[in-house]
Formats: sequence, C-alpha cells, structure tokens
Amino acid sequence: MLDDFMTRATLAGIGVAGAAAPLGCFVVWRRMAYFGDATAHAAILGVALSLAFEMSIFPGTLAVALIMALTVTQLAGRGYAMDTLLGVMAHSSLAFGLVAVSFLSGIRIDLMAYLFGDILAVSRTDLLVIWGGAALVIALITWRWSALLASTLNEDLAHASGFDPKRERLILTLCLAITVAVAIKVVGVLLIAALLIIPAAAARVAARTPEAMAAIAAGIGILSTVAGLRGAYIFDTPAGPSIVCVAALIFLVMNLARWRDQERA
Amino acid sequence: MTLITVTNLSVAYGANTVLRNVDFTLASGEIVTIVGPNGSGKTSLLRAIIGAAQPTTGQVETKPGLKIGYVPQRLHIDQTLPITVERFLRLTDRVPEKTCKQALDAAGVPDLLKRQMTGLSGGQFQRVLLARALINAPDVLLLDEATQGLDQPGSAAFYRQIEAVREQTGCSILMISHDLHVVMSASDRVICLNGHVCCQGTPAVVASAPEYRALFGAGTGGALALYRHEHDHHHDHSHEAAE
Repeated sequence: MLDDFMTRATLAGIGVAGAAAPLGCFVVWRRMAYFGDATAHAAILGVALSLAFEMSIFPGTLAVALIMALTVTQLAGRGYAMDTLLGVMAHSSLAFGLVAVSFLSGIRIDLMAYLFGDILAVSRTDLLVIWGGAALVIALITWRWSALLASTLNEDLAHASGFDPKRERLILTLCLAITVAVAIKVVGVLLIAALLIIPAAAARVAARTPEAMAAIAAGIGILSTVAGLRGAYIFDTPAGPSIVCVAALIFLVMNLARWRDQERA
Repeated sequence: MTLITVTNLSVAYGANTVLRNVDFTLASGEIVTIVGPNGSGKTSLLRAIIGAAQPTTGQVETKPGLKIGYVPQRLHIDQTLPITVERFLRLTDRVPEKTCKQALDAAGVPDLLKRQMTGLSGGQFQRVLLARALINAPDVLLLDEATQGLDQPGSAAFYRQIEAVREQTGCSILMISHDLHVVMSASDRVICLNGHVCCQGTPAVVASAPEYRALFGAGTGGALALYRHEHDHHHDHSHEAAE
C-alpha cells in the first residue's frame, strides 16, 4: 500500500493536518498567527544548514525553528514589540538561509521544494518522521490541554490553579517548532501558517466548545488534504497550494453559511 | 485560625519596587478589602499570594492544603474562542454538572449553563467568574476589582452576593476595591495600600446620613460603606495630587 506515492502523500498530509488542527486553535486564540508564520520562515535557514552539513532536514529545521521561537519569546517586551522582533528574526533568517543555499554549489537544490513543499516525494522514512512528530505534538497538547486552555484565558487564573503559564507557553513553542519541521515536506515554509490557521478559523463558525473547535479543525484539515491532493492529481496543480486552496474554500463556505443563517434569524 | 500570612513582603518588576515590607494576615471567615491608588501594589499583593509574582524579600505562607478561588481583574475571552459557561466552570476542575449548577446558583445567575461566555453581559460575566472561583469550595476567595465596569447598583448587588456566599460557605474573602473611599460594608477590615500598608481599620456604616444616601443612591441597600483614611504619615508623591 505504501508503495503508491499518492497514498504516502495522503498519509503525510493527514498526519500534519491532525497535529496542526489543535495547535492551530491555540495559535488563533492566542493571536500567534504571525508567530507561526515567522517560525516557519526561519526554518529555511535550518534547511540550508542541514544541506551544508549533509544531514537530515528534520533535526536542522527543528533546531532553527526552536531557537528562533525561544529567542523571540525571551526578547519580547525588552525594547521591541513582539511583531517587530518577529519581523527582524524571521526575515533575516529567511534571507540568510536563501544566501547560504546559494553557496551550496556542489549540490543541486530545488528551493521551490522547500518553499512550497514536495508532498508527492514523501518517502517511507519521511512518513515515519511526520507521523512521529505529529503524534508527539498531539500527545503534548492532549496532556496539557486544561493547563494550556487556562493559561490562554488568563495567566493569573492559571497560576491560582497551580499551573505555570511560562511552562505552557514553552510547550506550545516546542509544538510549533515540531509542526513546522514536519510540515515543510508537505506544504513548504510559506504555507505552513495556512495549515495552522485556516482549518481552526473555519471550525470556529461551527464550534461551541474549545474541544469541538479542535476536533472540527482536524476534520477540515484532513478533508482539505484528501480533496486537495485529489484535485492536484486531476488538474495537475501543485499539491501543497492545492491543499491550502481547499481549506480556504471550506472557510469561505462555512462563513457564507453562517451569514445566511444570521440573515434568516 | 490564620489562612494566609504575608511577612515582610517586597515585590519588584525590574528596578521598579511596587510593594515594600508588607505584613498582612487573613483569618478564617474574615472579609478584608484592600484599597489604594493606581500603582499602589494591590494587584501585586494578590499575585504574590497566588504565586504569580515572585517576592524579592519576605514570604507568603498559606495554610497547608488551602483552596483558593480567584476572580481576576480582567478576563478577556477572544472572539475566536468558543466556550460555554459550563465548560468555563470546568476549566481546571472536572466537576459534575450538578456542582456547576450549584455554583451558578450561589453566584446568582442560575440559568446560564449552556450560554456562550462571549454573549454574556458585564454583570453576568463577573458572576460567572465568581461561580468558577466557587466551584471547588474554596477556603478563601480572592477578588481583584471584581466590580470593575459595573454601575453602583450593580456593584452593590455583587457585594450582597459575596456576603451571601460568605454566610453560606464561611469562606474568607480578600478583595481589592478600585474605589478609595467606598467599600463593601460587610468588610471586617479595610487596608489602605500604597507600596506599603498606609492605614487599616473598619468601614463606617453610612445607612442613615442623608448626604451619603445622596452619594450612594437609594438602591444599594446598605451594601456599600465609607472608609475614612487615617494616615499617620505623609507622602510627597506627585501622583497622589489627584486624590
């Protein structure tokens, strides 16, 4: 079954969508959308370093994404606003990454594959890494769910209940770095934030509780992956962007449906 | 019996010391109101008690196993976060639906269980925050300017609710009031804070004096009282000029 590249691609996409959905909900609730985007952009430097040292892409991008996210979290509020710091860090690591890649003349690199993903080239090993990473993210978020939710609502409330909001923020940052590292192969660094935010934002329309929103977001993410890949196969379009297009259409349809219901009510 | 003992507490954010050598105790069943100007360290004292602010000197001791119900100063729920009142009450304690209903009853808003938090009015929202703090039968309730955004009759009704909660459960109450001079009349003690404890005493009941009734309106039902500040020292701070 895993011999078929379409099957491997679909499984890879489902794995990433499953992890991105609950994480994406927190990204939306905590207004960290730009943070996710910036972490992803910084990952291209990780790609360049991994190629330069001839090692696997995953640990390199994970390390750079994590360093970038931790640095921004530590520096935020010390003279610069968060979005300014993110802009400096993310775009300079993207630029350094692109410049570094150009020095690697010995190897032929398809940079597009990292910017937009290359889901159809997912190998069995890639699949293992993606599902391992996704399972870790889902396990972490499930384990800390109450604490994460309390910290998101109000940090002092979390403290009073015996949680440490700083630690919970660290767990989210770690999850974000892992998700970015595994999602590069699927949608590429430029579209990772879309996979985090669009399913969660679409799910908001239909959800009454945080848990329902995460579950619906996962459903939308998986549906987008399957339909997007199918569409890419039929219409011969790039796979990663096709997945994001389907997610965006679902977002649009769900919001139009809500507006219609509100008009009637 | 003493539930909370604060000894020689100082709290600083960077170079800015907001609390200096504060001593404070809260006894079982007591209602204590903290007043003070903006930046006087009221919230920092509460944050130090719940462990959210680290003391630079001194310490906060709580009775072993003390259960704290905390009502934060401001709780903003992002429009993108769907959450029912029921789910919010169960935020940190997995309690049965019956307990949720009892807590809402005790807070005076019995029928909100299935409503969305973002659709509540200001007064309903504050009472749901109170219900959540009551959910695990706390020994002490900490309220940080819980009547912020409520009008005077609304504040008075909220204070009467808190009095009722104390009568029903016997829990201690430590609350911050944003008003320097008007406090909950059921307070056993009022502490005036301005970086340190400036003065403390009991509130004066103002039920009969006509000039106070004019000030508080007729609808507050004796829930509010005046606190007269008797400072034995003088501050030469410019930020107090407005008082």
